Amino acid sequence: MTAAIDIRGLAKRYGDVQALGGVDLAVRQGEFFGLLGPNGAGKTTLISILAGLARADSGTAAVLGRDVVTQYREARRLLGVVPQELVFDPFFTVRETLRFQSGYFGLARNDAWIDEVMHHLDLTGKADANMRALSGGMKRRVLVAQALVHRPPVIVLDEPTAGVDVELRQGLWQFVRRLNADGHTVVLTTHYLEEAETLCHRIAMLKAGRLVALDTTANLVGRHEALRLRVRFDGEVPAGLRARLADQNGTARTFRLDGYGDVEPVLAALRASGCGVSEIELVQPDLEDVFVQIMHDDARAAQPERALA
Amino acid sequence: MIGFRTLFYKELLRFWKVGFQTVAAPVLTTLLYLLVFAQVLGERVTVYGKLPYTAFLVPGLVMMAMLQNAFANSSSSLIQSKVTGNIVFVLLPPLSYVEFFGAYVLAAVVRGLVVGAGVLAATLPFVALPVAHPLWAALFALGGSAILGAMGVLAGIWSEKFDQLAAFQSFVIVPFTFLAGVFYSIHSLPELWQAVSHLNPFFYMIDGFRYGFFGVSDTPPGVSIAVMAAFFAVLTAVTLALLKSGWRLRR
Repeated sequence: MTAAIDIRGLAKRYGDVQALGGVDLAVRQGEFFGLLGPNGAGKTTLISILAGLARADSGTAAVLGRDVVTQYREARRLLGVVPQELVFDPFFTVRETLRFQSGYFGLARNDAWIDEVMHHLDLTGKADANMRALSGGMKRRVLVAQALVHRPPVIVLDEPTAGVDVELRQGLWQFVRRLNADGHTVVLTTHYLEEAETLCHRIAMLKAGRLVALDTTANLVGRHEALRLRVRFDGEVPAGLRARLADQNGTARTFRLDGYGDVEPVLAALRASGCGVSEIELVQPDLEDVFVQIMHDDARAAQPERALA
Repeated sequence: MIGFRTLFYKELLRFWKVGFQTVAAPVLTTLLYLLVFAQVLGERVTVYGKLPYTAFLVPGLVMMAMLQNAFANSSSSLIQSKVTGNIVFVLLPPLSYVEFFGAYVLAAVVRGLVVGAGVLAATLPFVALPVAHPLWAALFALGGSAILGAMGVLAGIWSEKFDQLAAFQSFVIVPFTFLAGVFYSIHSLPELWQAVSHLNPFFYMIDGFRYGFFGVSDTPPGVSIAVMAAFFAVLTAVTLALLKSGWRLRR
């Protein structure tokens, strides 16, 4: 099956900054895919190239097999992008904005779908309000609606919940989840890792323009390196365990584990050296721990697997 | 075609919604020119032999208003969209370069014609104006507005800030229109400046448009329209190439 998004050797430089340094990535059809990374990691550059808003220095990008440069019209018809910046055209109302966007994609009579999108994003009451009169959260909803007017099979949301209140965030995710369930591929960038962990099947992490992790959310969260054992005991840390020591707070020590199999040997070593253990806690990592670890630990960063097409 | 039609309609609606500023204001400004110059020179000067200066002046002012407003329409729409970021709304869809260019230019032409018609209508009660060749006049009005609409697209793509566009308008568009014979026949100029005027493409637009009213011109209308066609063809080719390359629109 053709990949929803297929990116090969994508590189882009802005002056002295290597925004993307040769990224390979494939997103399968129907996936809910997370693209994570700190500011400046290259997420938005990657999306911009995919959307035709920027040109790559080298490499290719395709949406459902259509090259974004040589087959830009087909590629753009298949893609809906919610841009990160809160932009709007102050001349028009919500409905006008959506009708125009629909027309740009070649759809003349699209009011039924426009009404449905507005309904799901709770915009119906604001249909005839001027864009200028809307709050930030409302403007964000219109941006989402604009990206969906042409029912794109592939939807890219670039930090859609930045500065958005809880209610809208939940409503938005409910709608996007439904679209995903209906077969739309969804690619999401967000700084809310909890959101990514709940929503995304698979996650790619970018750092300084390079792919540093690509795996299912479950595998990433279950990464061995992120597992920790917190133990409280009196006395010195046995010499054999010093290499594993990640953190020390009074008598509470945290050891880095390579997997569940390490729990027993660590406890055995403590027993052998006669430490009086008073508290044991196995700390399950969440996506945030994994993210922080990957971003701060260049040497241990996993070699990116080549994504399956 | 739907994409083109939508963008064209959106561009029309954009200036129409602020018509006071985009149509009424330039009509008033042009009438003020007419009032002042007609008052000062109207009784004393005749052009092409017996033509009263006030009558001579009207087509020049109408054309100047059309040219400046056609330019303003496409250029200000683009720069506003670029500065505010909503240019992405027209960059994300599958609009072709030709659709993009055509929609902005055609909307600029409409704005130019609306303003021109407004000026003309407002002067009718005061100035007796013959119309010798209405089709020529219409052709030059269309051609001039289209050229300036295309220049507006080019300037809108080129500029990255409002002041760059304002500079283009003040240092290129205004001087070239002013010195194109809006206020005088170039035959009243020294020979050197007559020759220089022939290098100004705007001269042919105003001279040709005036021919449509009086049946007299400094240059044969066929020559003028040919010069304009050539200029428009070059402008179009350059602008389409820039749009295709994504210069200053797609990073």
